[in-house]
Formats: sequence, C-alpha cells, structure tokens
Amino acid sequence: MIQKELRPLILVELLLPLLLTLFGVFHGVLQVLYRAGIIQDVSFLGIGYYQGLTAHGVINAVVLTTFFAVAFGHAVISQYLDRGVAVAGAWLGLVLMVLGTLVAAFPIFTGKANVLYTFYAPMKAHPLFYIGVVLLVVGSWVSFWSWIPGYLRWRKSHPERKTPLAAVGIFATFIVWQICTLPVAYEVIVQLIPWSLGWVPGVNVALSRLLFWFFGHALVYFWLLPAYVMYYTIMPRLAGGKLYSDFYGRLAFMAFIVLSAPLGLHHQFTEPAISSGYKALHTALTFLVAVPSMITAFTLAASLEHGARQNGGTGLFAWWGRLPHFDAQRWLFPYLFLGLVIFILGGVTGLINASYGMAGLVHNTSWIPAHFHLTVGGPVFLAILGMSLYLCAGLGGRSVAWPRLAVAVPYLWTIGTFTFSAGLFYGGLHGVPRRTNLGMSFLDPTSDAFRPDWVIGERVGAVGGCLMGLAVALFFLVLVRSLLGAPSAQASDSFALPDSAAYHDEDPGVVRNFRPWVTAGVVAILISYIPPLWQVVSAGYPLASG
Amino acid sequence: MEIAQKVPNVEKRVMVAALLFAAAMLALIAYAAVRLGITVPGCVTEVKPFSKGELIQVAPGRYEAHVVAKTFSFKPSPLKIPKGAVVDFYLTTTDIVHGFYIDGTDVNLMAIPNAVTYGQAHFEKPGKYQVICHEFCGLGHQDMVGTIEVTP
Repeated sequence: MIQKELRPLILVELLLPLLLTLFGVFHGVLQVLYRAGIIQDVSFLGIGYYQGLTAHGVINAVVLTTFFAVAFGHAVISQYLDRGVAVAGAWLGLVLMVLGTLVAAFPIFTGKANVLYTFYAPMKAHPLFYIGVVLLVVGSWVSFWSWIPGYLRWRKSHPERKTPLAAVGIFATFIVWQICTLPVAYEVIVQLIPWSLGWVPGVNVALSRLLFWFFGHALVYFWLLPAYVMYYTIMPRLAGGKLYSDFYGRLAFMAFIVLSAPLGLHHQFTEPAISSGYKALHTALTFLVAVPSMITAFTLAASLEHGARQNGGTGLFAWWGRLPHFDAQRWLFPYLFLGLVIFILGGVTGLINASYGMAGLVHNTSWIPAHFHLTVGGPVFLAILGMSLYLCAGLGGRSVAWPRLAVAVPYLWTIGTFTFSAGLFYGGLHGVPRRTNLGMSFLDPTSDAFRPDWVIGERVGAVGGCLMGLAVALFFLVLVRSLLGAPSAQASDSFALPDSAAYHDEDPGVVRNFRPWVTAGVVAILISYIPPLWQVVSAGYPLASG
Repeated sequence: MEIAQKVPNVEKRVMVAALLFAAAMLALIAYAAVRLGITVPGCVTEVKPFSKGELIQVAPGRYEAHVVAKTFSFKPSPLKIPKGAVVDFYLTTTDIVHGFYIDGTDVNLMAIPNAVTYGQAHFEKPGKYQVICHEFCGLGHQDMVGTIEVTP
C-alpha cells in the first residue's frame, strides 16, 4: 500500500508539471507551424520562437521527467519497501523542486533565458534560471535520499529476500541521476552562476561542454528507466501473464548503472580538444549500453507472449492479437505497449547517431529531434501520461473516466509521433537544421535562403506535430474528467500498482547488491573521462565572455 | 521459497546474440573509419584561434579556409573556389558557439570560442553551397547562412 500521508505529495508532483506541460506541448505544436513556414514571425501570441523552444525543452524534458520520476519513485518505494519513504524528506524535496521550477520559470517566461536547456555557454541567461535549475535538481536528490533509510531497513528485516524488482529499478534510476548530475552541478554552480552574476569574466567553454554532455546522455536513461520499471513489473500483469525473467530485469538495471555515463562524447564528435581515440571508445561503450536494451526487448516480448498464450493465443505471431490492445478495463496497457513499439525505431536511430562516422551526416540536423521524439517523446512520454492518469485517479479512489478515449490517446500519439519523425528524418538527411525558426528564412519563398526541397519534410512534420498536440488535449480531457469524479475512500485504501510475478525466478547472487555495479560504473567513468578531461583542461583555452 | 540459482540456456543465448550484434556494428564502424575514411576530426589544439577570415591557396587545387563565425554571419562569404578543389576548413568564433554545416557535404562542425575546429571537403560539383549555422546563437540564428561558390 502507498503511504496515506504521501498521497497529496504525489498528486502535486504529478499535476504541477503536467499543467506546465500543457504549455510545453502547446509550444511544440507552434514550433512545427513556425518550421513549416505557416507562422512566419519571430514570435506568436507574445512568445518568441526560441523562448518557446527553451520552455518546451525545459518543461517537457527536465521538469516533467524529474517530477514524475520522483512521484513514481515515492509510490514504488512506499508500496514495495514497507512504507519506505521518509515523509519529511519527501516534503523537503518537493518544496525545493517547486521552488526551483518557479524561480527558473520567471526568466524563461519573461524572455531572459533564451538559452535552451543545454545552457549554451557563453550565451548568457539571467542568474535565476541557473539557480532555479540547481534547486530543482537538489530537490530531486533530497527526494531520493528520503528512500535510503527505508531501503536499508527493509534489507535488514528481510535478509532472505531479493529486493523487489520495481524498487531495484527506481534505485537504479536515481543512482544514475545522482552520478550524472554531479559534473553538471559543478558546471552550473562553479562556472555559470558566478559568470552570469558578473563575478568572473568568462567561461571555459570546452570544459563546460564536456561537463554538460557527461550529464546529457545519462539523462536519457534517467528518463527511460522509470518506464522500464513499468515494462518489467506492470506490463506483464496487464497482459495477463508473468515477467519472463526476473534476473534479466535486474541485470538490465545494473548494466545501466555501469554504462549510462561513460559515453557522453558521442555528443561531441567534432570537439577540437578531444582525441579521436576517446571518441571511438565512447562509441564502443554506447553500443555496449544497447545490450541491456536488447535483452529487455527479448524479456518483454517473451513476457507478452506468455501473457497472450494465457489468454488463449496461439501460433508464431497470431498471439499478438490476444493482447489487451483495446481493452477499456486495461486502458493502461497500450500506453506501455505502444511506447515499446515506438522505441524500436527510437533505439535503432540512436545507434545510428552514435555511429562515429555518421556524425557528419546527422549532427544538429532535424534527424536528431526526429530520433528523440521516438525515445523521450515515445516510450517515456507515454509511460508518464499513462502512469500519471493511473496514479492521479487511483490515489483518490476514482475510476478513470471515458476509458475508451483513454485507450485512443496512445494510438493517436503514436501515429502523430511517427508522422512527425518521418518528416524530420527526411529533412535531416537533406540538411535541415534542428533548432531554427525556418519560416523566417529557409522556408520563406521570398528569402534568398529559401529551400524548396525542405518544404515537404516540414509539412509532414507539422501534420504529425498537430496530431501529437491533439492526443495530449484528449488526454487532459480524460484526466480532468476523472479527477472530477466521485472519490472513494475504500478504493483509495486498496489502491496499488499492478505487480507481475516472475516466470523464471532465478537468483544469481551477482545482482543482489548495488555496490559492485556502482563501483564498476565509477571505474568506467574514470577510465573514459579522466583523459578527455585532461585533454580539454590542458588545451588551456582562455575564458570566453560571450 | 524455491528459486533457481542457474540462468536458463535460452537467456544466455540472448545475451550472446546481443553482444555479437553490438560487436558486428562496431566492426562496421571501424571498417568505415579505417578503410573508407568516414571518420570524425581529432585534436587540433595546435592551431591558434584567428580573428580574420581568409581563403589561402596552398597548392594547385588545394586550399585552406580560415572561417570566422560571428553573430550572425560567416567570414569569408561567399567563398569562391574552382571545381575539384580540396579545402581544409579551420573554424573559430569570436563571440558565442555557432554551427557550421556545408550543405551537400559531410563537413558538419561546431565553432567554439577560443578554439579551432577542423574539417575537410572535396568539391566535385560546381554550384552554390549553403553554409548553415545549425547551433542556436540568438534571435537572428535562422539568418546565419554563408555561401560557397564552386566555379566550373
């Protein structure tokens, strides 16, 4: 059972970022219109293109994902580790995260922080932007720390049992987060805030980029792992079966602890101060981190097949039809299943991006947002929507209103994302840049820079983007209608996350403890990052003031 | 509670297949880099940053372009070079970070303050090539376009 005193806290952590996401998604739709040349202006309704782009990235990719990971983590730890959340710590974490979000929102919405969420030093934002981001991240750390005493207590009182898989997944998520946010905290606190306040004259840009990208790719696993927790522990149950292999779930989570961070250089292939040998090493490590995702694909497909056969499915592929694709009773299933379908293409294009020699073709083209809308905008976003609805309704003992509409949302989103990405993949291969207000130049027929060959890709992208916006609008209808329904104290008390039993419940001791995996991760980071760090520092670049 | 200690063979085979797949992809990347020359730039820290953009002919058909990116233009632009020329691009910026993508080539670089980035292009086809800033650099970012003219 999820601790009663945590319920209001979890609701705030889910609903506040979702409210902001309404704006983030709205500006996502506006962006495809700007880019297709349908809006040809620097701003629309008082919000600049690049201002909206900053808000879209910060809200959707940082605020929503961080709040959600914390809220879902509270639910999992509370349910699986015998009410294992220290409530005072959880509240302190929430206060810091909300404060940080509000503090960062001020410069973004007043146009004083048009620097996108990657910071882009030496492009300068108002100091409050950086300070707000720091508070948000520290708040998420405090929330994580509020689970540690409960975890240690649970381990002590259950020496004969394995830690529940969902709790292992949540801890893996936040161990990755704790490790990868330390260098970016250094960048923001030591480099950017003093410079933004005018205390130091400039920034070592090459160093700030290295520190950011140490964080920037591990971040994607922080986004992804809560969805993995749902795939491993909730989806098999919804499919009517069991998790095929408990061991492989644990192994995948442990592998992410080791491999999430030491591969960030694949975002910096053209960086001048880093040797090609280390760029190649990070390429190799990126392919290694695909291994836990490939075994995940196997385990989940096997789990789905097991569930479908329990439902009477037969044949080599015909069992697919026996999954609850359109079952209004199990409306959560397509949010998870379709996320996985999208992620097949997202994962494959991710491997393409990391493929060293491909950097010259795809770097900073619209191919890249086409890719990550199939990862963070696919499995991650769908899992966040589905689980937010499940928790927001269930914690108050409410049932989900219009469950058929709730089932339609992930299908519409999937069609929208595929369409959007098809347009942007096509454009990217033809050289369309990723973060550009195209309607003002390249897609303006009266401009010298006009590119008629780019029009079709951007138009297809705009259709897809509008479908995605529509899906989110429908989702909010369902969410609001569900929250207006009658609460039931009895249903609220018996509410829990679905839990899947294991089909193969093997227990090789190697995945029982985090310590050897964290140690291996630290060693991998030292090997892969100390020499590039030394190369960047010893290049002796003067500070840049911007 | 009865829990198996051993991992079933089918799962072991999946792990081996996943590792082999990753290894095969890496082998292809290595082949492309070593045998086909499809690679990424290495260290160029010995080149000092410059503030004047210029095109220098170093040999017949061989050029060095020193390109300076600055909000919101590239210098020199337009760059005029003959068909068939091989150009070494050295790129820097005198203000903030910019991108440098020569359309139709695989020269795709970042301009970083106080640093120099390197790329090489071989211009076989005559015509006008757009040089596109693909890294957000401010409100005029979408207008930061240069030109390379390859004469027949």
